[in-house]
Amino acid sequence: MLTVLFDGIASGALLFLLALGLSITLGIMNFVNLAHGAFAMSGGYVAVVLLNRWGVPFLYCLPVAFVVPALAGVVLERTLYVRLYNANPLDQVLFTIGIVFASMATASYFMGSQHQIIQVPPFLHGQFHVLAGFDIGIYRLFLLGLCGLIALFLHLVLMRTRFGSQLRAAVDNGRIARGLGINVNRLFAITFGMGSGLAGLGGALGIEILNLDPVFPVKFLVYFLIVVAVGGTGTVSGPLAAALILGIFDVAGKYYISQIGAFIIYAVMIVVLIWRPQGLFGRRAVH
Amino acid sequence: MTADYKLRYAPEADRLKAAASWRPPEVAFWLLAVAAYFLLPRHLVLLSRVAVMGLFALSLDLILGYAGIISLGHAAFFGLGGYAAGILAQHGWGEPLSGLVVGGLVAALLGFATSFLVLRGSDLTRLMVTLGICLMLFEVANKIRWLTGGADGLQGISLWPILGIWSFDLYGRTAYGYSIIVLFLIFLLARRVIHSPYGLALRGIKENERRMHALGTPVVRRLVVAYTMAAGMAGLAGALLTQTTQFVSLDVLSFGKSAEVLLILVLGGSGTLYGGLIGSLALIVAQYLLSGISPEYWQFWIGIAFIALVFLARGGLMGLAQGALALLHARWHGRETPSRG
Repeated sequence: MLTVLFDGIASGALLFLLALGLSITLGIMNFVNLAHGAFAMSGGYVAVVLLNRWGVPFLYCLPVAFVVPALAGVVLERTLYVRLYNANPLDQVLFTIGIVFASMATASYFMGSQHQIIQVPPFLHGQFHVLAGFDIGIYRLFLLGLCGLIALFLHLVLMRTRFGSQLRAAVDNGRIARGLGINVNRLFAITFGMGSGLAGLGGALGIEILNLDPVFPVKFLVYFLIVVAVGGTGTVSGPLAAALILGIFDVAGKYYISQIGAFIIYAVMIVVLIWRPQGLFGRRAVH
Repeated sequence: MTADYKLRYAPEADRLKAAASWRPPEVAFWLLAVAAYFLLPRHLVLLSRVAVMGLFALSLDLILGYAGIISLGHAAFFGLGGYAAGILAQHGWGEPLSGLVVGGLVAALLGFATSFLVLRGSDLTRLMVTLGICLMLFEVANKIRWLTGGADGLQGISLWPILGIWSFDLYGRTAYGYSIIVLFLIFLLARRVIHSPYGLALRGIKENERRMHALGTPVVRRLVVAYTMAAGMAGLAGALLTQTTQFVSLDVLSFGKSAEVLLILVLGGSGTLYGGLIGSLALIVAQYLLSGISPEYWQFWIGIAFIALVFLARGGLMGLAQGALALLHARWHGRETPSRG
């Protein structure tokens, strides 16, 4: 039972990394970026290419898997996304789905449509046997540790730095933030890039656990949206809590009550949203 | 007093009546739909699918384009209607028209029941709740294999001839005629609703809900009615699909289906009754023509097309068409550019 709990937490931590960028993008730019999964996927494929074709050690692949999608994100944001911030939400949906389709087709064309397989370095193999019925997988422990560190780092940045308070101000009320002289456009570019980079890193870390294939952006879009809707926008702890809850329920549900499976997650999500429409930790936006 | 009122509001009333009148392009569209039966006998199966998805998209337009409710789970009603009609036929009652009505009613019931959940919260909450309901229904359908056939779908659906006369054939002739007639009738209904005072209230709610509250409009009641109607229409479309293809599977309840109909509507242009129909025609025909080359090829260029459409043609294909028509209209009347108003 504890193994399942631990696996759920690790799964949730990975999901948090993947979905945080979407939460920030939504909170600060009020733009539902359905193509967020595409950045995650690209990070995963970058890691695969580096690892399998060029033999780069796994730990060195991770920073690259962060940087490449981050740069791509900044470029796309400055050229295309910025023109749609005030557009009709439907136009935003159409645009981001266009990006998803194009990226999925590109991935399928260049990398094939099968699941990608990588060799994780030997020191990340195996398990600790702690108690009877409680095994800690080393890779999952590594995942949990890394995501925990990143979450802590981001929380500190958001709450203790000037950049962080500017970001929170822009989330609360962009117009007034601009009026106070905060360079909101630069803020947008940086946060979009970081969010995409984190997603890419999550994609690289999750190659084995989540199965990387060209359908990834659509398959996991629902999970990302759930994390964002339940966790609210504008904080790091909100999506973290939501992702952990989702991860635990998902793994536990599939393990114990496979009859019902995913049904539980959706029911929980609906209940939470009815009870608190702004999400568990979101604050009611001031418009 | 009454006479004064009529005189004072005559221009507005005239404008509303003019907007509700049939224009030549509309008549041409429906004549073409009828002509297709005779001109394209080998493609009637494909065209029936266009009609079914067009009806589905029309139902989404009612809540999305006119009432302003963004839904990522509209396939829940489509699928429910489809399964209702399918299960009925599978258990021996193969009469098409009653099956159609049952599909619509069951979906409308679900729509009514869930409308209260959907009307709380912001746009994102609505998106997630509608999505959640659709996904839940999918999971349920997957689990109750004994009723729905699970991933294999319902087998053994056979339908009796429509009104005892027209039986469903392999070439899709009956299917197409049936689909187009149902589409047209529901379209007439939707058109009538949109151009009625109720339709005006819906549009007002979409544009400024708070103001409508201030005007004394019972907003929640209006939205519940719209959502229920849209659900019923989607259920009719689903039942239509089951009956014309004699098959139904989990696909009709999937998130992919919800996304597909949303795309069709946005592609065609929401808020213009024909957007869903045009979008359905465009997307299904394009898919048919291009996916033969290779699935990736189609998917990539559709993605690029969507991006281009957003930047070059807001308002979808109908927006493009209306812009072009306005330009032609202006040139015809000797003006360089379309005049405002």
